[in-house]
Amino acid sequence: MNAVVTILIDGLTYASWLFIVAVGLTLVFGVLKILNIAHGSFYAIGAYAAASFVAWAATMKWAPGFSIVAMLLAAVAVAAVMAPLTERGLLRFFYGRDEVLLVLVTYAMFLILEDVTKLLWGANPYYVSEPYSLFGNLHVGVQTWVGYDFFLVALAVVVGLAVWWVLNRTRQGKITLAVIHSAEVAASMGVNVSRVYMAAFSVGIFLAALGGAFTAPMISVQPGVSVGVIVVSFAVVIIGGLGSIEGAAVGALIVGLARSLAVHVAPVAELFSIYIVMAVVLMFRPEGLFQRTQARKI
Amino acid sequence: MTASATAASAPALARATPRRFGVVLLAAAAFVLLAAAGYVFPRWLTFLLTMAAGNGLVSLGIVALMRGGVVPFGQGMVFAAGGYTAALLYNKLGFTDALGLAVCGGVAAVLVAAPFAPLLSRYRGIFFAMLTLALSMVAYGLLMKLDALGGSDGFNVGRPTLLGQKLPDDRVGYTLYLLTIFVATIAAVAMRVFFDSTRGLVTLAVRENELRVEYLGGSVRRAMAINFVVAAFCAGLGGALVVLSLGHIEPNFSFWTTSGEFVFVAILAGWQSVAAVFIASTVLEIVRSFSSAYFPNTWQLALGLFLLFVIRFLPRGIGSLWTKRRGH
Repeated sequence: MNAVVTILIDGLTYASWLFIVAVGLTLVFGVLKILNIAHGSFYAIGAYAAASFVAWAATMKWAPGFSIVAMLLAAVAVAAVMAPLTERGLLRFFYGRDEVLLVLVTYAMFLILEDVTKLLWGANPYYVSEPYSLFGNLHVGVQTWVGYDFFLVALAVVVGLAVWWVLNRTRQGKITLAVIHSAEVAASMGVNVSRVYMAAFSVGIFLAALGGAFTAPMISVQPGVSVGVIVVSFAVVIIGGLGSIEGAAVGALIVGLARSLAVHVAPVAELFSIYIVMAVVLMFRPEGLFQRTQARKI
Repeated sequence: MTASATAASAPALARATPRRFGVVLLAAAAFVLLAAAGYVFPRWLTFLLTMAAGNGLVSLGIVALMRGGVVPFGQGMVFAAGGYTAALLYNKLGFTDALGLAVCGGVAAVLVAAPFAPLLSRYRGIFFAMLTLALSMVAYGLLMKLDALGGSDGFNVGRPTLLGQKLPDDRVGYTLYLLTIFVATIAAVAMRVFFDSTRGLVTLAVRENELRVEYLGGSVRRAMAINFVVAAFCAGLGGALVVLSLGHIEPNFSFWTTSGEFVFVAILAGWQSVAAVFIASTVLEIVRSFSSAYFPNTWQLALGLFLLFVIRFLPRGIGSLWTKRRGH
């Protein structure tokens, strides 16, 4: 029984940060039709920025509770700086090209950002441990859990609901949905499509950076964090169905649980349990769980 | 069915035969030239070209798939399959012949890839790329965990022999260089012949419009599956040859960034020219070794900018510089 609870809670915490990252990835794909390999780089930059911001907050003698605010600010700053730079400065020149070619453009972006991150923050690991102890510990049965993990779960739920609410209940969201459906028709109805692209991409980057910033306390922030995140979040959105918010949630849960199951039951399989799940899902649902199959054009 | 297949292949063959002769001649000339040049080249340059030819074989396979409109992002798996097979045969069974090991590597890669070929042939675009990526990452995870295969450190491979001859210290680099460019030349010619064959042309048609190919009686899925297996064979050959020259193998052979570099070369080359693949591969090796020597911290940055430049200004690859536009 204890083992089951452990697996569930571990899976849930893993799923929650994964969801925050993946929902950004799936949003960018839904709107811009770009599978962004550099998404993991934005995650890493978010984590680095959080490390810097939290350290800065500490030197400013902010109360420890404000390190959460500092991490949030870090994510906002990353989105505000990186989104215009990459979307306006680079990606817009490639819109409308083949999807796989766009993957390569973002692969190039990933390579560039990888070195830029190293140039800015160096190769040594950063530790952001202060926020991790903010929420104390929680006792469930005989086991103790770090409160921060549950905070992450709550954050993921808030992020998910917020994205859903904005998309389905606000004017801007409805416009975005129209662009997702058909950018051409939306443009002919007077929608400023490139502004929607810009906004969606910014939100996507913000979510990646948010995921990075809030996982920073749980990991050591060092070169290489981006590489690992990319394929895992890809697996999530592919399982859920590209461009689907619900899919990202379900995909994150599946991947999170699969991973924690593997960690606790068969540690050998930890590294590839996720990909096996993904391969199995794709075998039976080639378009992912939450994706309607599209008619092929002759 | 048979009649239509013959009718379709007749003009293709008629065009291909004189061209094929020219290709063989050109390839033989290129091989002789490179072999002679390698004799006077400094050691680092022959090593660089060996790596370029070995890695180029993997990208050659990717080009075979790209002609059908799909890009595999996990060729690292078959590359590693070839490499590990050669290394294990050498270390565990004492089979040391370099040419034999290379062929075994190719065959092993085919055996690894073949079960997945029918499955993957159903997928296109991003899904194909991601599924192949997932497979290579599963392989990576397995290789990391299997202590019998050296785990995350991998293991070393000794010096191979060639056709029963031991390779002395001063000649081993050059001999492996000769072998690698020899295999690469053969593979390049074979690939050119394959591309110009009926099946190769069907692949091109799939790229244009696969539903029409189905209506005309061609099997899209079979073409894709065969291309995948062919690509695996090339990658396995490349993996084995690279391992023999490097003398070391590790799970990173199957990591997705390795696969990304192979795709990089294939995109840089474009899908029209076979020779362009090896030129692109050499360009990558040169960029890699010079930037890691002169600006070690920013070589990925240089690579990324270079890739962006190619996609933006040379969307059909460097092969398009000398290949005439045919029917486009």
